[in-house]
Amino acid sequence: MHPRLAVAVAAGQFATLLSRRLGIGGGTTAPGHLVRVLDPGAVSAIAAGIPSGSIVVTGTNGKTTTSRMISTVLRKAGLQVMHNRSGANLIAGITSTLVNGSTLAGRPKADVGLFEVDEATFPAALQELRPRLCVLTNLFRDQLDRYGEVDYLSRLWRDALQRLPISSTVLLNADDPRIADLGEGLSCRVLYYGVEDVSLAAPSVTHAADSRFCLRCGAPYHYDVAFYSHIGHYRCLSCGASRPEPQLKVTGAELLGTEGSLLSLETPAGALNLHVRVPGLYNAYNALAAAAAGVAMGIDPAAITSGIDEFSAAFGRVERVNVEGQKVFLALVKNPVGFTEVLSTILRDPGEKGVMIVINDLFADGTDVSWLWDVDFELLAGRLTFATVSGLRAEDMAVRLKYAGVDPSLIDVESDSAKALQISLERTPEGATLYLLPTYTAMLEVRGRMADAGLLSRFWED
Amino acid sequence: MNIYGDRGNIISLAQRARWRGIEVEVVPVSLGDRLDPDRCDIIFFGGGQDKEQTLVAADFRSVQASAVHRFVEDGGPLLSICGGYQLLGKYFRTHTGETLDGIGLFDAWTVAGEKRCIGNALVECNFAGESPRSLVGFENHSGKTYLGQGCRPMGRVLSGFGNNGEDGLEGAVYRNSFGCYLHGSLLPKNPWFTDHLLLVALQRRYGGGVQLDPLDDTLEQRAHEAVIARIKKLGKLNTGVDHVQR
Repeated sequence: MHPRLAVAVAAGQFATLLSRRLGIGGGTTAPGHLVRVLDPGAVSAIAAGIPSGSIVVTGTNGKTTTSRMISTVLRKAGLQVMHNRSGANLIAGITSTLVNGSTLAGRPKADVGLFEVDEATFPAALQELRPRLCVLTNLFRDQLDRYGEVDYLSRLWRDALQRLPISSTVLLNADDPRIADLGEGLSCRVLYYGVEDVSLAAPSVTHAADSRFCLRCGAPYHYDVAFYSHIGHYRCLSCGASRPEPQLKVTGAELLGTEGSLLSLETPAGALNLHVRVPGLYNAYNALAAAAAGVAMGIDPAAITSGIDEFSAAFGRVERVNVEGQKVFLALVKNPVGFTEVLSTILRDPGEKGVMIVINDLFADGTDVSWLWDVDFELLAGRLTFATVSGLRAEDMAVRLKYAGVDPSLIDVESDSAKALQISLERTPEGATLYLLPTYTAMLEVRGRMADAGLLSRFWED
Repeated sequence: MNIYGDRGNIISLAQRARWRGIEVEVVPVSLGDRLDPDRCDIIFFGGGQDKEQTLVAADFRSVQASAVHRFVEDGGPLLSICGGYQLLGKYFRTHTGETLDGIGLFDAWTVAGEKRCIGNALVECNFAGESPRSLVGFENHSGKTYLGQGCRPMGRVLSGFGNNGEDGLEGAVYRNSFGCYLHGSLLPKNPWFTDHLLLVALQRRYGGGVQLDPLDDTLEQRAHEAVIARIKKLGKLNTGVDHVQR
């Protein structure tokens, strides 16, 4: 037993207990910082002792949902999972998770480690965790001020993947050119997943695409099929580079609006039929990634199917709640592609909609709200009974809606989200659903208030 | 090059024209497309990532540059943001010392800087003959642009880094063409500037007698004021702004 590690683990576990008892945060990150000061090698040491190894999941959209789906699948297979829930996905959060999931001697209690990892943290996580499986979902422009450019991230990731041990597996989204390209030249096993059912295709590649040019030669990609943004079946007419053939694929899909979707999969482990209970094409992709991860880990197909079937969304991502007897559909919005998908999904439900959109511009939300102009709010024109806009950038959101063709007389600007919720619920007819769409910190605030009213659990109780 | 949410500029121009009963056609110009200056009324050039900028630069210089020059010399209105702004200057020197030639529309040049200039920005503009107006936006650039002797800036920085974080100037102007680092998108919260570009375009096509009907800009003004209030709250104001007309 390494004394330094033992001290670090003890300190970390104590700090976690203390912060929960005192009601300061959820003890999901600060203890990790402490541990890293006391023993920088703690993560590597503990991770090395996990019997079935670790899984790391990263990408712009879908990290938390995909990870939680994988967690459900692993637990259905009877495995004890150590998982950094509540989205504490920077290195301190990952450290906290490992420390709190170990004995005082630093021996992990779980069979498998599962870590959702922030995009910029991915290289450090790979180096310290030496994972058995890496899952990369997609790469979009997200928070422009935090990550600068997607090119930079691609380079970091490629570098990190090349350093993985040969025994690792890398699972990549074939339908995202930037992600698929990362499979080139890796010495470990590479698997691809993708959607083959072309009935899901959008009419053309939409404007938010930022990976339209061939990564080899710079010529524009030709898309035989575009599902959304730059996700689809692409090839370069100039140098011949093209989407790799996925080994794990959706051959049939039916989208059911806000109720979810039905997916037929073909995999090396046989056919799988998934009933996905979270809405939209983007969640269909998350389920595909999670199922593919299950296959890559050798999980029994029955466990994969029932795990996905039982999955309900991660806190705040997509939830249905009752507030004072009224139905509220709550969906987190983070970036143009995700937001547009949320709008498409809710519009598949029939009838006109009442929406409340809460936009903050704190660090975790992205401080540059220019991204709102890349969201297809034009979809809402003529489909709304009212729109309440709230948050620190409520006024920006009002302007965006006006220019999207929403009648200004339908737009209510109320920066205080508690008042805004009150107004919105009053304007929602009985039996109708209020669609509440907040950015990250706004979601925490709104959800916190709902939890205080006893309507939901606090996020670290999930 | 169409990232960083600059699409809002096109939406702002198109909608404000349509709301006045003016038909609008938005034509995307891509690699290899020829531009006909006589068929253009307004040109917009947005920002992009370094790699896309390199791809576009060579094509832009050889295929569209002369058309853009003719359009601007003829008084046509043009707006360029960030990467587009840089390409309209004389050159851009990257971190690795490589020089990317621009088309020299603006007497300005850009060098890659050490740190990223990020944040809400407030600029005071003085277009010939009019009282000062304010522009609000959001900047995010590591490039530092310097203006030549005779090159006019778009305005003076009241909050933010401006072109280079040194001389207190933002953007560049040549005839009716404008370039700057302001995202936001820029035009939606600065309707006076959108209308300025529209009016220049209409008068160039239909003669000096054309006027624009005023629109109800309540929401836009509120958003404009909200950014200024946010900047004040964050303690980032350089000088008083009360004398500047919104």
